[in-house]
Amino acid sequence: MTVETLGRTPLIALLGNPNCGKTALFNRLTGARQKVANYAGVTIERKEGSFTSPAGRAYRVLDLPGAYSLSATTPDEAITRDVVAGLRADEQAPDAIVCVVNATNLRLNLRLVLEIKRLGLPMMLALNMVDVAKKRGIVIDAAALEKELGMPVVETVAVQSGGEKALLDALDRMPRHDVVKALPLSSIEAVSVEETQREVRRILTLTTNSSKDTGNFSDRIDQVVLHPLAGPLLLAAIMFLVFQAVFSWAAVPMEMITGGVDAVGAFLGRHMADGPLRSLLVEGILGGVGSVLVFLPQILILFFFILFLEDCGYLPRAAFLLDRLMGGVGLSGRAFIPLLSSFACAIPGIMAARTIQNPRDRLVTIMIAPLMTCSARLPVYALIIAAFIPDRDVGMFNLQGLVLFILYFAGVGGAMAVAWILKRTMGGNGKQPLMLELPSYHWPHLQNLAIGLWERAKIFITRVGTTILALMVLLWVLSTFPGAPEGATHPPIYYSFAGMLGRALEVIFAPIGFGWQICIALVPGMAAREVAVGALGTVYALSQTGDELATSLTPLIAQSWSLATALSLLAWYVFAPQCLSTLSVVKRETNSLRYALYMAGYMFALAYVASFITYRIALSMGGG
Amino acid sequence: MTLAPTLITLDALLAGQGGTVVHLAPSEVSRRLMELGFVPGERIRMLRRGMPGGDPLAIRVGESTFALRRFEAALVSITPD
Repeated sequence: MTVETLGRTPLIALLGNPNCGKTALFNRLTGARQKVANYAGVTIERKEGSFTSPAGRAYRVLDLPGAYSLSATTPDEAITRDVVAGLRADEQAPDAIVCVVNATNLRLNLRLVLEIKRLGLPMMLALNMVDVAKKRGIVIDAAALEKELGMPVVETVAVQSGGEKALLDALDRMPRHDVVKALPLSSIEAVSVEETQREVRRILTLTTNSSKDTGNFSDRIDQVVLHPLAGPLLLAAIMFLVFQAVFSWAAVPMEMITGGVDAVGAFLGRHMADGPLRSLLVEGILGGVGSVLVFLPQILILFFFILFLEDCGYLPRAAFLLDRLMGGVGLSGRAFIPLLSSFACAIPGIMAARTIQNPRDRLVTIMIAPLMTCSARLPVYALIIAAFIPDRDVGMFNLQGLVLFILYFAGVGGAMAVAWILKRTMGGNGKQPLMLELPSYHWPHLQNLAIGLWERAKIFITRVGTTILALMVLLWVLSTFPGAPEGATHPPIYYSFAGMLGRALEVIFAPIGFGWQICIALVPGMAAREVAVGALGTVYALSQTGDELATSLTPLIAQSWSLATALSLLAWYVFAPQCLSTLSVVKRETNSLRYALYMAGYMFALAYVASFITYRIALSMGGG
Repeated sequence: MTLAPTLITLDALLAGQGGTVVHLAPSEVSRRLMELGFVPGERIRMLRRGMPGGDPLAIRVGESTFALRRFEAALVSITPD
């Protein structure tokens, strides 16, 4: 029986080394018809798409994680190995394998092809980036290669419209048959790497001529990028640009989102009767979800830069430059991107930790990511600094700016200290290998950037619409019920579950100077840190919102809190585990509630100790 | 007259210097190093030594460039040019 008589759409698996243009080819084949999910039980992305060939045949295609070898050393490679060998119960064995190779680096890429060939599966070779190879003067005899490898060889240019045509034709020509069972993986390990490499050399002599190779332009770029002095300066300049963009370009769309959410809230406020339903919609759902959704522009701008730098080949160089520095506290250079992202919001930062292959390094990076000062802390910092720190110059610095800088620095310093301690306690086997490929530079491709950005946006919005929405509704229930009794002297939130919780928490927080007002505000602040500002407004029974609220709240808290309390709250905000969204992402990314709880626990302890010390020192210096 | 080739480990290579892989010391990362192209007979070149302390190293092997830590590079014995 053939595939077509079965009426099943054939499944093609794209497989290749990292940096061979495999994902670009996948995007070229499928366009936007992609489904991105996770493989069951692990947080490795599973990308499936579909397309129809010009002959009208439908295909499903799987973009397998990049691999150097099927004798897997990373979780990504293990997935690739298991899918190819048909060892994953939840995954259909592919009908055919398309091996994607970088035509400018056959010496490395062909070894994987020869490995896979030993599994005896139907396969073909996509000779990708032939345009770059031709430009460099590398001549490859595709017909001879086809003969030597014993499989169809097609030339592709994944970044060019129509560059996939030869592949589509070859797929249509492929004979249809039942799924072939792969030979055992031991048939791969049976042959030594040296022997495989000898075979690669033999094939290369017969099929390619690199005598006119003009060489790799990347070397000249790397003269600057990896230069001991120029390299770090360039990296600092790029980081500065990214920061600048995240905070200034995002300002307008963020205001538009806030404005839009407020407008919908006001509309509902006018057209609905006052009652629990209106409160749920306006304050619970719109207010809560809006306060997280507002970070979407920052996340998109940040990911635009990350995808751009990744696509052009700069990111591994940044990791190279920072490896030594970050290695000092037991982090990998690759942790740089997740941590950078976390300055906007820890959620994309924790998601970006997926690029760290070593599971231990990845976990440490995830654990310290929320200590980077995310932009949700800024409204709170701004409020307290405006109320308590005099706006005057100290030497050449503004005192308020200096305090803000100290708060950022405290977060980074705390993160480094925690990483260092985790390195000591989690052990690991001492020296971690790096083995980081520095691929050739090339211009990022617009379609790949767009698809990558769209995926990020979708993941974030899905989270906002599901988990985060549910948490927001829960917090709204806690802050609304039960209502205030007749003749209440305090604002309604005082009598709610959140209020009771806040007042009960006062016992715990009194030693660090927090009164019941602050404690109550901390409860809804668990939804998103900056919600605490709004909650303080509710506690002090102010009716304004937004900027007006901050303006009228400033003198009020300046009057009712001591300086010691204010400083203690700042210290608390640097370290405290305050955003449930982050904890829920940690749970998903690590596949275990345990690490989310560890994180909450250590951050709580750190925040408490820091606030306690701050409060006591401030008191003893007369800040009471 | 040819002298017997002197073996050194890859981490001792100076920036800009080339050589040929001769042997890999047995280790749990050796197979992976070979899979990345550090196979006996392959040409290599030290592109850049990191600073300070010379970690990590940027090494050209065949057509690819890899960043290795010094302890990884020390597993690879080479004959320098």
